[in-house]
Amino acid sequence: MDLNKLAESLSPNERKILPHLETRNITEISKRANLDKVSTLRALEYLKNKKIIELSQTETKIIELGINGALYKKKGLPERRLLNLLAEKRIIPLQEAQKQSKLSPDEFKASIGALKNKAMIELKSGKIYLNAKQEEISKKSLEEQFIEALQLEQDKLTPEQNFAFESLKKRKNIIELTEKKKIELKITELGRKLMNSRIKAGELIEAITPEVLKSEKNWKGKKFRRYDIESPVPEIFGGKRHFVNQATDYARKIWTEMGFKEMSGNIIQSSFWNFDALFTAQDHPVREMQDTFFIDKKINLPENKELIEQVKKAHEQGVENGKGWQYNWKEEEAKRALLRTHTTCLSSQTLSKLKREDLPAKFFGVGKCFRNETIDWSHGFEFNQTEGIVIDPDANFRNLLGYLKQFAKKIGFEKIRFRPAYFPYTEPSLEGDVWDPKRKEWVELIAAGIFRPEVTKPLLGKAIPVLAWGPGFDRMLMKIYNIKDIRELYSNNITQLRKIKFWEK
Amino acid sequence: MANIKISKKLFEKEIGKLDQEMQQKIALFGTTLEGFDDEEIELEIFPNRPDLLSYQGFKRSFLAFLGKKKGLKKYNINKPEKSYLVKIEKSVQEVRPYTVCAIVKKIKFNKEKIKEIIDIQEKLHNTIGRKRKKLAIGIYPLEKITLPITFKALEPDKIKFQPLESPREMSGLEILQRHPTGREYSHLLAGKSKFPIFIDSKNQILSLPPIINSEMTGRITEKTREIFIECSGFNLEILKQCLNIIITTLADMGGKVYQIKVKHPKGVEITPDLEPQKNKISLKNTNKLLGLKLTEKQLKENLEKMGHNYLGQGEVESPAWRTDLLHEVDLIEDVAIAYGYENFIPEIPKISTIGEENPKETTKKKISDILTGLKILEVSNYHLTTKKDLFKKMGIQEKQAQGFIEVEESKTEYNIIRSNLSHYLLKNFSENVDSEYPQHIFEIGRVAFFENSGEIKEQDNLAIAITPGNFTELKQILEYLAKMLDKEIKIKESTEIPAHLIDGRTGDILINNKVIGTIGEVHPKILKNWRIKMPVAILEINLEEIFK
Repeated sequence: MDLNKLAESLSPNERKILPHLETRNITEISKRANLDKVSTLRALEYLKNKKIIELSQTETKIIELGINGALYKKKGLPERRLLNLLAEKRIIPLQEAQKQSKLSPDEFKASIGALKNKAMIELKSGKIYLNAKQEEISKKSLEEQFIEALQLEQDKLTPEQNFAFESLKKRKNIIELTEKKKIELKITELGRKLMNSRIKAGELIEAITPEVLKSEKNWKGKKFRRYDIESPVPEIFGGKRHFVNQATDYARKIWTEMGFKEMSGNIIQSSFWNFDALFTAQDHPVREMQDTFFIDKKINLPENKELIEQVKKAHEQGVENGKGWQYNWKEEEAKRALLRTHTTCLSSQTLSKLKREDLPAKFFGVGKCFRNETIDWSHGFEFNQTEGIVIDPDANFRNLLGYLKQFAKKIGFEKIRFRPAYFPYTEPSLEGDVWDPKRKEWVELIAAGIFRPEVTKPLLGKAIPVLAWGPGFDRMLMKIYNIKDIRELYSNNITQLRKIKFWEK
Repeated sequence: MANIKISKKLFEKEIGKLDQEMQQKIALFGTTLEGFDDEEIELEIFPNRPDLLSYQGFKRSFLAFLGKKKGLKKYNINKPEKSYLVKIEKSVQEVRPYTVCAIVKKIKFNKEKIKEIIDIQEKLHNTIGRKRKKLAIGIYPLEKITLPITFKALEPDKIKFQPLESPREMSGLEILQRHPTGREYSHLLAGKSKFPIFIDSKNQILSLPPIINSEMTGRITEKTREIFIECSGFNLEILKQCLNIIITTLADMGGKVYQIKVKHPKGVEITPDLEPQKNKISLKNTNKLLGLKLTEKQLKENLEKMGHNYLGQGEVESPAWRTDLLHEVDLIEDVAIAYGYENFIPEIPKISTIGEENPKETTKKKISDILTGLKILEVSNYHLTTKKDLFKKMGIQEKQAQGFIEVEESKTEYNIIRSNLSHYLLKNFSENVDSEYPQHIFEIGRVAFFENSGEIKEQDNLAIAITPGNFTELKQILEYLAKMLDKEIKIKESTEIPAHLIDGRTGDILINNKVIGTIGEVHPKILKNWRIKMPVAILEINLEEIFK
């Protein structure tokens, strides 16, 4: 690396501490560089990122003065104070000694113990007798030397120090043992080169402030401090649309590009539009509360009496020589309000309003649908659906397959295959699988069919072919976002929403 | 949807090797191959084809589809013997008006066969039988009963017999209250003053349809050689088809089928009747709907591959066990399946239409763009909510809550349609206390409630919430939004303060002097309910005026 460039990339604080790295002591570095400790540490971190130094952390056990220890360092240990008194009196009654030494009972007791252990005193009939010689008295004890030497690392104690440590450890608050994380600093080869080269970067421009820009002389001919372009920066997040809505917008785009007009409508519908107009028999299991959310409310049937009559006839006797479901169709049942179970209820309403001169026509719907379900990883009571219909007197099954092929291609699948399926309101019916080139598998994607005459005859007045299809929306969404649990579509976890990628198309 | 499991060994012996091509064929026949191992093959049967719910039924149709045994399969049905009679009394008219019956002999029952028959019986109960509501099937060992049989209705306490799986005799009511199967299906007879029974000429009760058979006369064992079958219910046509599905399955298993005279108040019916259904198909309609140019000969071939006979001039004979042929299109679909979905050449017609999205959606998108430009994050919540979240946590007593729409018998605690978005945004904050602050969120979505008139009202609302945030900051957002949409809004101090907002810090939002929503700071007691520890400002408006 170019040493000049490296020198130019140092921030002011880094430059401040650079000459003092040799001390390898952070406290010392910050003192000499005249920086607070946090700034020093940050600057060291930057130097490390630039590979000028290496930092490693070690944990060491540090022995420091305790509260009493700090006091004793100033005033002398209690036993020293007692010893000084004894040096004067030689023999003194215990009570008198405590009083005159001004030691607390605890301190006094400890002092007696300590001096006795060293055989410096003797206790006889309530009096203290001094045994020690003068040079013994004037010599500093191991404990005293130890206290003066603090702070020390436990690992580096001499045998004498260790003895003092063991003895002081038992006494109250004289020493304290703390674990300290110590940062070890090592100057790298590159760092040495930089320091030895004595390159002075000269005056570098830091932040470009309005101040700097005020006068040309502030920047002309000067260098800008180089940044560490690759160093990480804190994350930020923008506002964005919910990813499911990004997908519904995408569906809108696909359909409109293919020439489809949007149908909209309520989520609360009558059974008539949701089921009856779609030739779903009134005793079909999907019309039970077990499967569908009903609301205790009747919704008026459409004004068009002929339409109701035709729907009734389709159910009871069929249309065009058909058989129908052969039961008594009841208006009351058709009035029951429900939460729509499919967007096809929009198609049935759209068809009922269509005039002959509007044909051919194409419509699409997209939105939330509902079913009475418990919630688990693969099910929920709400789901998204989108579907399109083509109303064209000349349309046929091959056209349906053609549209499906085009639709699949538009959403990114080149290969599609078809197989028979069953839906109550379409005949023929089919399902389309698309080839997922990434996962190398066929994926069930589209349900489709041509509306039955029992649906189209009442709604359109004539059995005109209506091609209909829709993809499994949530399933597609989960695949694209690699979501394994459908509940994630609705969890509104803000952290996750901030991080989730934009719709890919 | 119903699945069937068939032995792989049997399939490969009688139909063919289950190679890639065969798997394709199964799918293209319209039966999804759910999976298979060395022992079993599992197929999904669509609800329009109950006749495929047994291996025999599937094999019969699939062999035709493969071109191995084309056309309508013929069965030998024997005329009723002298005592083969079932009398339907008038008394059943109200509870269960119809029954159709048959006798099958020469069946060698073993454990597997008994299981197979119980299986198809259950599957038919659950599919076309609508969990026995529409029809129920009873099967009895012929040697235990004495013909003729009577189908009549009696007061529940006059019915006494030992039901299957019970150690003792029970009355009709007892069965409904105490017997496990009785309890499961008791709703089907609830409230009826008389219950239907089959009873033989020695006055033995055979069964209480659609609930349960008698232990004495209604249990098939490995010793059984001859059986009596009845199907009872409400729609004669469907009963006949259902009976046909069972007896053809039994015939395929080697049984010899006999008819029975069923005498009802209006006359005599001889069942089962395998007389083919007479249908019509037009070559022209077929070609038009499918976009093909089939000849009549090809039409015939394809119909035969689906088990029909084509007699010419559009006349079709279809199996008496097919329940799904309601209209010519059903035959046309059969032709399409026989032709092979893989053989159709997709084609897009050259018609021109103009695409258009709903203008409201365009506006919603615009609002979203403006708000996301202000770094606000869009959320999307359920349309269903709970009373606790919608009322209690928002400071409204449940008893005082009005106008909310409840759905019936929800399987979760979510049983109210949301009438505002605000409570959900607070819930979002409450569930995201660990996410980085500030949190600014919005939702555009549908809400619904009962108007004072009792009519259902649905509308699109917009709600914005910010935390930590105050009135001023949120008002800035609202005013920016209004300016960008070129709408003139006014904010006036509210006279009616919503329970979740603070008096003196709440304003009504107006467009054209019409209140469209409120803006304000959320009261600490509400924040406490949601365990939110940051100040929140929130607004919610109805978008109808904005759409105009």
